[in-house]
Amino acid sequence: MGHMDTLSRRNFIVSSLSTAGGLALGFAMPGIASARPLTGAPWSNDAGAVANEVNAWIVIDPDETITIRIPHSEMGQGAATANPMLVAEELECDWAKIKGEFASPNRNVRENNVYKDQNTVGSRGVATSWQYLQQAGASARVRLVQAAANRWSVPASECVAENGAVLHKASNRKFTYGQLAADAAKITLDKEPEIKKPGEFKLLGKPLPRLDTPVKVNGEAKFGIDAKVPNMTYAAIISCPVVGGTVASVDESGLKGKRGIVKVVKLKDAVAVVADNTWRAMQGLDALKIEWNYGPAANSDSAQFKQMYRDTLNEPMIQARKDGDVTPVLASGAKIIEATYEVPHLAHAPMEPLNATVNLQSDRLDVWIGTQNALGTLQQGVRASGLKPEQVFVHNAYLGGGFGRRSTNDEMVQAIAIAKEIGRPVKLTWSREQDIRGDRYRPQAAARFRAVLGADGMPQALEAKVAVGSINRSQGRPVENGIEGQAVDGIVNSPYKIPNFYVGGVMKNTHLPVSFWRSVGGSQNCFFYEGFIDELAHAAGKDPYQFRRAMVERKDFVGVLEKLHETSGWDTKLPKGRGRGIAVAENHGSVVGTVAEVTVGDRDQIRVDRMVVAVDCYHVVNPKIIEAQMESGAMFGLTAVLYGENTVKAGQVQELNFDTYRIVQMKEAPKVEVHLVPSGGAKWGGIGECGTATIAPAIVNAIFAATGKRVRELPLKNVKLSQLASL
Amino acid sequence: MAVTLKVNGKTQTLDVEPDMPLLWALRDELGLTGTKFGCGIAQCGACTVHINGEAMRSCSVPVSTAAGKDITTIEGLAGPDGKLHPVQAAWVAEDVPQCGYCQSGQIMSAAALLKQKPNPTDADIDGITNICRCGTYIRIRRAIHRAATTKA
Ligand code: FES
Ligand code: FES
Repeated sequence: MGHMDTLSRRNFIVSSLSTAGGLALGFAMPGIASARPLTGAPWSNDAGAVANEVNAWIVIDPDETITIRIPHSEMGQGAATANPMLVAEELECDWAKIKGEFASPNRNVRENNVYKDQNTVGSRGVATSWQYLQQAGASARVRLVQAAANRWSVPASECVAENGAVLHKASNRKFTYGQLAADAAKITLDKEPEIKKPGEFKLLGKPLPRLDTPVKVNGEAKFGIDAKVPNMTYAAIISCPVVGGTVASVDESGLKGKRGIVKVVKLKDAVAVVADNTWRAMQGLDALKIEWNYGPAANSDSAQFKQMYRDTLNEPMIQARKDGDVTPVLASGAKIIEATYEVPHLAHAPMEPLNATVNLQSDRLDVWIGTQNALGTLQQGVRASGLKPEQVFVHNAYLGGGFGRRSTNDEMVQAIAIAKEIGRPVKLTWSREQDIRGDRYRPQAAARFRAVLGADGMPQALEAKVAVGSINRSQGRPVENGIEGQAVDGIVNSPYKIPNFYVGGVMKNTHLPVSFWRSVGGSQNCFFYEGFIDELAHAAGKDPYQFRRAMVERKDFVGVLEKLHETSGWDTKLPKGRGRGIAVAENHGSVVGTVAEVTVGDRDQIRVDRMVVAVDCYHVVNPKIIEAQMESGAMFGLTAVLYGENTVKAGQVQELNFDTYRIVQMKEAPKVEVHLVPSGGAKWGGIGECGTATIAPAIVNAIFAATGKRVRELPLKNVKLSQLASL
Repeated sequence: MAVTLKVNGKTQTLDVEPDMPLLWALRDELGLTGTKFGCGIAQCGACTVHINGEAMRSCSVPVSTAAGKDITTIEGLAGPDGKLHPVQAAWVAEDVPQCGYCQSGQIMSAAALLKQKPNPTDADIDGITNICRCGTYIRIRRAIHRAATTKA
């Protein structure tokens, strides 16, 4: 580790100078030496309180190393850096002494949710945890001060915490935190201290380097797929190609003479082969002849789904928002502008295919896995094993991408079922094909809009209807009031001043399970809605930026729009064949907007050249990580726009690997410029997902600006611009 | 069958089938898990290693083909003293990784490119087809340019 420490400290200076764009630009960094890099093995310490633990969050060793427990999963979004920053902000200590360690889910269960929900979904890594993380740091600091005051027999008010020590300036005495930790642990507070207000932050807001980078450049970082336990076997699995089907029969004769096969395990809807090496298990699976009962969805296909969602738009809607009354305006005989938009199912396809390693014993279950929802995983382990919560140990790894997929652990439930049959530890690795076949997809959806413009060209009435799969129902949860938030998110929270505004929806599911996919409702609804708003701007003969700007009052929306206008060169002309499009939305508690620039070639080839992103998440923990998340969200959105679809034939998803489920590569990656415009206030916004929401509409709006062709269906790989009517 | 592999300078004999992909020999037999599985069909590059200095997708190279050749994995890229390879150092400086899962492969691809073209253009960098689902391409590009300038 020694050389790593020096290296990351030295590089910190270089990297902070090189950080381009956003808040970091032009800010001189005070010399904050980097904290210790995280260790490659991320497994949490499941023992209870250790020596020198000030509280469950903070351990201060005699050598002054400060261990901070990280409640959230690290899947690339930066929680493992941002969470310790929030604690350290209050602790008044040297950042270089900080060492992160992931919090134990099992201890969380044993100790009455001391680490809260640990759920790393919905962009909550900071947005819903900043308060209790700051509180943990503040609470430790006050107790360290009290411990010193007790030793000196002076009032605590005469002592100050500074740079990892408590000082009694009047008598020029000092104790380091390391000397006080054991005493501080015994002190109870009558009242929790106040936490700092944003204006008082010293560490928060600084572009500090990530703590997980060093172990992610040398192969040390352990993902779930890298787990190894003694006596472990390796399993591969295939589930019924039609979701809802079951295994009819398995002919194992092809396995004869194959090396290393341990057992074939038949589950209700899947077949696994267990072997002594992953490849042998996969080969064994290929050698089986499996007959399936495909079940009720065997004749379904994407054309039917498309028709179903289109037809659903004609059904009575469940109201999600109503301002004024659109009905009389739409019936007034005024010109109605109408459009229908559609999107397909989408797989998450995180880079690391789903996997789980389990060791099931009569009184204990150990699971090594990358999960976004460690406590949920633990409870799922309880149900699958029949053990008690305190007997289940979830060893959360670095996640090779999550994007919403790693919050439900189908792979672990399968691995437990396999372990029961073989009586040995097993690592189950999904092939990429299984990872996509077994996904819980972004739902397919359609939307129809009708609008009337007033004499001033501004919308007088706008009616939005959506038809989409229900995530709640798909996951066995009730839908309150008939429509779930994510079904209409991105439209229902429209910021625009439109006197008569209606949003309604109807949810219908296909046989494919659906779930949260980065930016969730925003992934389809922002495309629909911001595309249609652009259509209205065009119909009104107005500039798409000015049209939107005239309809917003909220400070966050105004700030984002104006920043985009100012930084994108909006008012400058682009040469023929190129266009610029704008879109803005609220997503996961933040306001985000994008200006995309595209070039459309003479054979309709579409290239996205540049994206300018502005985001208001109200408060900034680490601007460098936010920039990276915006870049990431932009690429994730771009993949969906250009290529993203999972189609169904005979009930089976067709695109199962990266040859057909294409992901954007380096040569397609445009420049992305990120601007942070935090406007402060009581709320903290999310960051992991919002960056995806406005990418699709900004791109289709740019295509319109370049060509006069309106794209209302994704992905672009299926769209022939030459066949679309010019508007 | 006995297959002799020279991985990161160390020669080891494995008893595996000749058609076992190098990826799985590295990961499951040798415990070198820094090389990742992403697709198994030579599409993603998560499994990229160097074979005789060239970037190869180890999921699609049988051990029999790799036998006897010089294989370098991410674990062997830094110097024997632990000094990071210039590409790794550039990755740290630019804070490239997000989830990190593709990054071993990205780094191996970048290191091979820099060996061939010490001063790669953007068009040369566009030739790297490794997938990053987290979309770290902008930082990868910056880091490759940085590594090119810091290389001895
Ligand atoms: S795993 Fe080898 S290229 Fe994807
Ligand atoms: S960093 Fe996550 S896939 Fe590249």
